[in-house]
Amino acid sequence: MHHMNGAELTIALLERQGITTISGIPGGTNLPLYTALSHSQHIRHVLARHEQGAGFIAQGMARSTGQAAVCFATSGPGATNLLTAIADAKLDSTPIVCITGQVHSDMIGTDAFQEVDIYGMSIPITKHNFQVRSAAELLEVIPQAFELALSGRPGPVLVDIPKDVQTEILEFADWPVPGQAAAIAPCNARALENAARMIAAAQRPILYLGGGVVSADAGATACTLAENNDIPMVTTMMALGAIRCDHPLNLGMFGMHGSKKTNLLMQEADLLIVAGARFDDRATGKIGEFCPQANVIHIDIDASEIHKLRSAHIGVHGDVGEALTQLNTLLPQHSRPEWIGQAKQARRDTSTVVALTGKDQIRPFELIRDIAEHVGEQAFIATDVGQHQMWTAQHYPFCRNRHWLTSGGLGTMGFGLPTAIGAALANPENPVVCFSGDGSFLMNIQELATLAQEQLNVKIILLDNQALGLVRQQQSLFYDNRLFASEFAQAIDFVAIAQGFGIKAMRLTTTNADTLAETLQQPGPCLIHVPIDRREMVFPMVPPGAANTTMLEGECHACA
Amino acid sequence: MPAPDTRRETVLELRVNNHPGVMSHVVGLFARRRYNVEAILCLPVDDGAQSDIWLLVNESDRLSQIISQVEKLADVRTVVRHAEDSCLFADLRQQMYGGGELKESA
Repeated sequence: MHHMNGAELTIALLERQGITTISGIPGGTNLPLYTALSHSQHIRHVLARHEQGAGFIAQGMARSTGQAAVCFATSGPGATNLLTAIADAKLDSTPIVCITGQVHSDMIGTDAFQEVDIYGMSIPITKHNFQVRSAAELLEVIPQAFELALSGRPGPVLVDIPKDVQTEILEFADWPVPGQAAAIAPCNARALENAARMIAAAQRPILYLGGGVVSADAGATACTLAENNDIPMVTTMMALGAIRCDHPLNLGMFGMHGSKKTNLLMQEADLLIVAGARFDDRATGKIGEFCPQANVIHIDIDASEIHKLRSAHIGVHGDVGEALTQLNTLLPQHSRPEWIGQAKQARRDTSTVVALTGKDQIRPFELIRDIAEHVGEQAFIATDVGQHQMWTAQHYPFCRNRHWLTSGGLGTMGFGLPTAIGAALANPENPVVCFSGDGSFLMNIQELATLAQEQLNVKIILLDNQALGLVRQQQSLFYDNRLFASEFAQAIDFVAIAQGFGIKAMRLTTTNADTLAETLQQPGPCLIHVPIDRREMVFPMVPPGAANTTMLEGECHACA
Repeated sequence: MPAPDTRRETVLELRVNNHPGVMSHVVGLFARRRYNVEAILCLPVDDGAQSDIWLLVNESDRLSQIISQVEKLADVRTVVRHAEDSCLFADLRQQMYGGGELKESA
């Protein structure tokens, strides 16, 4: 018989899940868990400085590895601070298991000190959640939490454990089997045969890849389908890196800040083969005018995504990788010289228009390309949310699955730094670059302390325009240039701030740009502060709510 | 003049795990997806390990979508969409309200 309390059991079950790193912050109601964790030989704890940071550190581990990662928070404010990171994980289908302490069971519902109904609050933003009622339940709940987080379409799971459950002594005979992703039912063979026929008959098909292709690691399979059948590929922002950016059939990112030629070519498609994507509005623009001539084959692991926003002529429910593999066996080679010629022309023309600013300041897109050259293909790239994120999505030459870490669905400012920390913890051999903007960076700047403590190889490229850049851009373009509350009047000395946290820091300008390579090569963390012109905008751009054919290109707005 | 309300009602029958919070998962999903639930009936089955929930909802184009979302809930075992209007809620209404007035419970 095994004899231990609920907290010790929880840690033992996490060890059996293969967890080696947990991010979190202790507090009154999870102290038994922390005491048990302090005795663990297998799990190290990374002390975040804010629970949202802990949640994103877990996301960085999960997104970069595909494995479920764990974070801890105490009850009340600790738990509510996790919510944004959980919602972010839900919208981008990221498997994390969040374990919160809760007040003593007898006090639940009494408005006790640091009590909130985190179970109730997290229902809409988790894939599933639990409130554990006894130590014995943990034997079932912890493996189930991992199974749910990883199975099918991945997502966040929250486990709320009252303090008395953590201290309850339990005797039990057998360990449960660790939770893992459940087997996926095979795709409907008939639907795939119909899909193959539809693809063979199409004259202008496009393979539309979404984040599900990253989860399924199905990029190579998609490329085979494209190569054998002369089908151009496009990716959503979430699918960047799933296929090499230099693949001759990759037309790159489409959508709000995608390439204009790609958006226009898509309008001519007579068939969209949509793999692991959900027709998000940032990708489709005004959906009623999106690819109006195209039939749709929609492959998704989540059945409820098929027909949700756009009716599919053929819906294939199942693993994207398996579906594409089967399509490859069903489809003999097929050539479409005219269409592929058009696509390759569009690819040649996809250079993005960027507004020019003075020569005395660094241009973001040039800097992003330079950094890619210096850090190489092994680097993980995290971003915050804003103009720098869109410039990185447009210009960074992504080549590897799971190396692009960005907040897509929720668009969470503050995502970048803690997620970069998580990626570095899970991949200590690889460099990690975090592109951020000053607005985003300020939202989780306290994690510089975590980074300094862990001495991880994270380079922060802080593009500072003293503004909420995308907000300012929208005000410039669509709100009569009324720039209100989108500029920061108070300049911040980010170099001094970083140094105060114990992080090396430098300011990069045109006069010392040649030191960039050397700085990036030095091991350990470093903040590279890059002042940029706040008039820089992200172009091209589809105005919010407009069709993808309505792209602003920038020249006329360059001097806004 | 507004068009007459011609919406038909449908009954969804859900078999769910029975523990605190399950009802919030189910009805919260409807609320979040802007879908009104007109009536709810819930009874424990299987010695209380599971429950059956009957939901009276309006037919709409979005009903299939909300059903597939409900099917994703971890505690929902099965969902049955009754093709015809179930008499369940009509009978209940009749018993409780008779000809339209709430009966006094003597």
